[in-house]
Amino acid sequence: MSEHVIKTDAVIVGAGPVALFAVFELGLVDIKAHVIDILDRPGGQCTELYPEKPIYDVPGLTVVTGQELTDRLMDQIKPFGAEFHFNQRVDTLERLDGGYRLTTDAGTILECKVVVIAAGGGSFTPKRPPLPGIEQYEGTSVFYSVRKVENFKDRDVLIVGGGDSALDWALNLQPIAKSLTLLHRRAEFRAAPASVQKMLDLAEQGAINFKLGQVTELHGESGKLDSVTVKGPDGATFEQPTEVMLPFFGLTMKLGPVADWGLNLEENLIPVDTAKFETSEKGIFAIGDINTYPGKLKLILSGFHEAALMAQQAHKYVYPDKKLIFQYTTSSSSLQKKLGVK
Amino acid sequence: MARIIFIQKDGTKRVVEAEPGMTVMEAAVKNAIPGIAAECGGACACATCHVYVDDAWREATGTPEQMEEDMLDFAFDVRPASRLSCQIKVTEALDGLVVSIPEKQF
Repeated sequence: MSEHVIKTDAVIVGAGPVALFAVFELGLVDIKAHVIDILDRPGGQCTELYPEKPIYDVPGLTVVTGQELTDRLMDQIKPFGAEFHFNQRVDTLERLDGGYRLTTDAGTILECKVVVIAAGGGSFTPKRPPLPGIEQYEGTSVFYSVRKVENFKDRDVLIVGGGDSALDWALNLQPIAKSLTLLHRRAEFRAAPASVQKMLDLAEQGAINFKLGQVTELHGESGKLDSVTVKGPDGATFEQPTEVMLPFFGLTMKLGPVADWGLNLEENLIPVDTAKFETSEKGIFAIGDINTYPGKLKLILSGFHEAALMAQQAHKYVYPDKKLIFQYTTSSSSLQKKLGVK
Repeated sequence: MARIIFIQKDGTKRVVEAEPGMTVMEAAVKNAIPGIAAECGGACACATCHVYVDDAWREATGTPEQMEEDMLDFAFDVRPASRLSCQIKVTEALDGLVVSIPEKQF
């Protein structure tokens, strides 16, 4: 297989509000960016954690929701034609002569002159229930996502959770699994009502085994799960035999592979200087919640400021022979041309 | 002011003063109470500020609204006394409130 390599000026890791505004600031200084995010849409925490929650401290907007702010930023950066790569996590960063090569877990390879890490609290990863010894079963009996449906064929499958992921996979795996048990702590679900109804119908027919309770212990040997202990709503416990468990408890943020890129770290944050927001390595910047410096505030507006200063320095690496003249969007005809308003 | 008593899994007790209007989560974070992660900063979006309300205080603190109940699905070892502390508003009437911190937030 021949390697397809995308060549670009800048790669932005993350697609939250600060990453999106970085597209704008880089665009104003003629730097073309590719944006990579593990989620399936832009907005980062704003759209993943609190799309409907009001934000009151974005200058000029009395109140804005996470979703609306994301939508507005996407509109604002449209003139710069950034390319987005969703559902992917950047796994490795290699140093090249005069640039960097990044590879995602989906196999996308990008080569660029500057890297902007705007990854917030890190990448969203499935929550691991704090059950003693769960690590030993991960990848063999415990899975947090379904990569290959075939892996669950003719097996006793236990799905834990009450959201859309739990319900969808219960319905999808039921026809091929030897047995399918859905375990949830209560009789109400956060999933699409149609899926819930379908599951209840299948439970009625005996095709799905729906039980109430929470897993408290895992039992098995050398990575092979035999059963789990479940605490029912009445507090009484029972054993549920199973070969496979799929816990769906939502997502949490983990720094992830960024930790292995050879950058200086301070308690899972990336220290930067406050003039250029550059990391311990020239050409790699960190902006937004993921960076740290004296006086750092984890505010969206601080991230916007950081993006503007970062772009000034990034220009020096992308266009080493050009002098950057500071201009205002209000009065500069060249900036207005880039924005498509002139 | 209202006093809130946080009890850790090992039995350690801490009494903090909270101003009416703030949430129990905010009182915990402000006073660096261990075990209240509050990852999302109080948006009822993460379930990492899970507490068990002492039985004597369950009526006074009320019951979770649907969004909180949904979010509790993401907590570990959920019990009838489970609440997300970011959803309990401190009032003068809650002076002396006792909450226990679960063994694990996740």
